[in-house]
Amino acid sequence: MSDEKKVFGRAEEFLTLFNQGAEFTKELLHENERLRHELLSVQDDHRQAATDPGEWGKLRHELLAQIDQLTLEKDNALERLRTVEAENRQFAGRYVEIEEENNNLANLYVSSYQLHSTLALSEVLKIIIEIVINLIGAEIFAVYVQDERSGELEVVASEGMEVETFLKIAPGAGVVGRAVVSGETFCGDTHGTQDWESPIACIPLRVQDRPIGAIAIYSLLEQKDSFTPLDHELFTLLAGHAATAIFAAQLYSQSERKLNTIQGFIDLLTK
Amino acid sequence: MARKRILIVEDSPMMRQLLTFALKRLKGVDIVEAQDGMDGLRKVTSDHFDLALIDINMPVMDGLKLISLIRGEDSLKEMPVCVITTEGAKEDRIRALSLGANEYLTKPIQANQVLAVAKALLKAE
Repeated sequence: MSDEKKVFGRAEEFLTLFNQGAEFTKELLHENERLRHELLSVQDDHRQAATDPGEWGKLRHELLAQIDQLTLEKDNALERLRTVEAENRQFAGRYVEIEEENNNLANLYVSSYQLHSTLALSEVLKIIIEIVINLIGAEIFAVYVQDERSGELEVVASEGMEVETFLKIAPGAGVVGRAVVSGETFCGDTHGTQDWESPIACIPLRVQDRPIGAIAIYSLLEQKDSFTPLDHELFTLLAGHAATAIFAAQLYSQSERKLNTIQGFIDLLTK
Repeated sequence: MARKRILIVEDSPMMRQLLTFALKRLKGVDIVEAQDGMDGLRKVTSDHFDLALIDINMPVMDGLKLISLIRGEDSLKEMPVCVITTEGAKEDRIRALSLGANEYLTKPIQANQVLAVAKALLKAE
């Protein structure tokens, strides 16, 4: 009896499942029919649009408006791209300029730092020589210092030629003497003739309005053709800072001498 | 990435300061200075360097002698060497390059030039 019930129960379950399947199939067939109608309707619309010049015109008009809009957008984008490219080029140029300026400032800073790093005259002169060789690229040059009593300019340091080779110069005489008196840097033809009367450049060294001496450049290193804007900056720096450094070293040396003399007197009196 | 070590062998304190200033702009580098060829030799044989910038005219031992000693040492044969000098003659350049220098720059130098050469030599190592 219970087996019979089980069989009936399972048959009922199967029947329910079958009915659900049949229902689902009906729904699918109905949906398929609906989609077929929709497709036919769309195909009809297309066929009508293809045959109706009014519809075509509307479609064409819409498409042309869309093309115009897209062309405008493209032109705007291109214009913006061009602007950005121009800005980029400008920034790149500016970056190079700033880099160069930065390098120049580093050169000027190091030169100035070194010039004021000592109070010994020999060291100051050595640093001036290093600046003129390594940063300006001069091959033959001389550092003149003005004698306080006679006013004559005498070479105290040189490169490329012995100090003794250079003659003393009277104030106002020749290119060097004139540059010292006027206080104006002289810059001539860089392909000089190694004539001691006419250097290719002469930088007067002054502390305020007081002439200290001059740096006369007679020739440049083989690989250097002409003076650069940085060289002119260095000339200005040397004109002021080298002069101050020489002046300070001279004063320090004098005060040292005086101090030693006074100390000697004191020692003599107290012994 | 491991830090790179650069040795500057130059007798002028001003040039050492300037080169250090320029090279400090490279990322991840340590810079060591030597004041003459002998000092440079001592440092290069006692420590590892990825690049050496060497001046030619120096007291105690000149740059050319230092380069020939460096290239004679097995462990230093591959170390890039760049000469920085006032000597602009073709013969000087040929001499330095034939002794084993990888690059030859003449003074007055541009910081950009030194940076470009240093970058290239550090990459090529």
